[in-house]
Amino acid sequence: MIVAEPKPIKEILEMVRDLKKILIVGCKGCVTVCNVGGSKEVAILASTLRIAAKKNGKEIEIGEETLERQCDPEYIEEIKDIINDYDAVISIACGVGPQFLSERYPATRVFPGVNTRFMGGAIEHGIWSERCAGCGTCVVHYFGGLCPIARCSKSLLNGPCGGSNNGKCEISGDVDCIWDIIVRKMMEQGRLDELLEFKPPKSWMTARDGGPRTMTREELVK
Amino acid sequence: MTDNTPQIVAFCCSNCASAAANVAEGMKMTMPGNVKIIQVPCTGRIEVLHLLKPFEEGADGVYVAGCQEDSCQYVTGITKAAKRVAHVKKILEELEIEPDRIEVFNLSAGKGQEFVEMAHEMTGKIKGLGPVLP
Ligand code: SF4
Ligand code: SF4
Repeated sequence: MIVAEPKPIKEILEMVRDLKKILIVGCKGCVTVCNVGGSKEVAILASTLRIAAKKNGKEIEIGEETLERQCDPEYIEEIKDIINDYDAVISIACGVGPQFLSERYPATRVFPGVNTRFMGGAIEHGIWSERCAGCGTCVVHYFGGLCPIARCSKSLLNGPCGGSNNGKCEISGDVDCIWDIIVRKMMEQGRLDELLEFKPPKSWMTARDGGPRTMTREELVK
Repeated sequence: MTDNTPQIVAFCCSNCASAAANVAEGMKMTMPGNVKIIQVPCTGRIEVLHLLKPFEEGADGVYVAGCQEDSCQYVTGITKAAKRVAHVKKILEELEIEPDRIEVFNLSAGKGQEFVEMAHEMTGKIKGLGPVLP
């Protein structure tokens, strides 16, 4: 899933300081699963903004909507009849949401209510960890099914650096050295020799480095 | 807050806090009238939104009264509630509202006196802070 976290409330309050009618839009996709942008969180943010307005003696009207997804135009369409009733929208979907909303409703001011962090998963309830950097040409099968691009601080492809220390990365004792894990796993599977095969420099053309990406699948295009 | 009487909402676990309330009643101890009690089957069900709503509706303080951490009927209910209360404290802080306006209390079923005392304690504390609105 795409993992996000709430923006500091102060930052959101500053964004909408002079606005009176605000629509908060959540998303039932990834951000619902990572407890940051679903209908519950829409209600929490709405309540928080109402309390802030009361405290500051301001009148405020807040609408609450949660769309099936904010990364598909048909769902963005669902608020077309109400969006003009508001001065602005706060989207608490990942960074895709505010952009799809901005593109579909060019006259509306759209603010992001969350910080989008990474592609990853929940290693336990309430703790998420990065797994994929979206490089565009997946190679995890060379590394015991683990990704050194997303999970090695230096994205090394030919073994650990000299900083690997007791299973931890040299950048911080809190960060696992993925190369330590890869080597152990390959040893367990009796495939350590496969790691000796030299991996030439990876082409980053399919990653973000190749510029903004689009993808077309002709068999799906109407 | 009316006439300096703070409006307080108390979420009380039906296993311990509400049982304690019955004991208090039996002892003819009276709860302060400004504390509105919402009985819940387990404090673990109380979510952040439930804790914010009273403030939105004009309450001056909120507290959760649940079991002792080691004797929760549903094992981790009160522990979860305590974490959510801590989270709401952070939200209040960000809104520049005193975090002490929300608290969590642990007690057990027989402690009628404590149940009434915590209502008075909270009332006194919130009185000291004054109303949320300037
Ligand atoms: S190799 Fe690339 S696509 Fe595969 S998990 Fe790593 S970053 Fe993601
Ligand atoms: S210590 Fe391990 S994870 Fe950290 S940069 Fe070196 S090889 Fe990568």
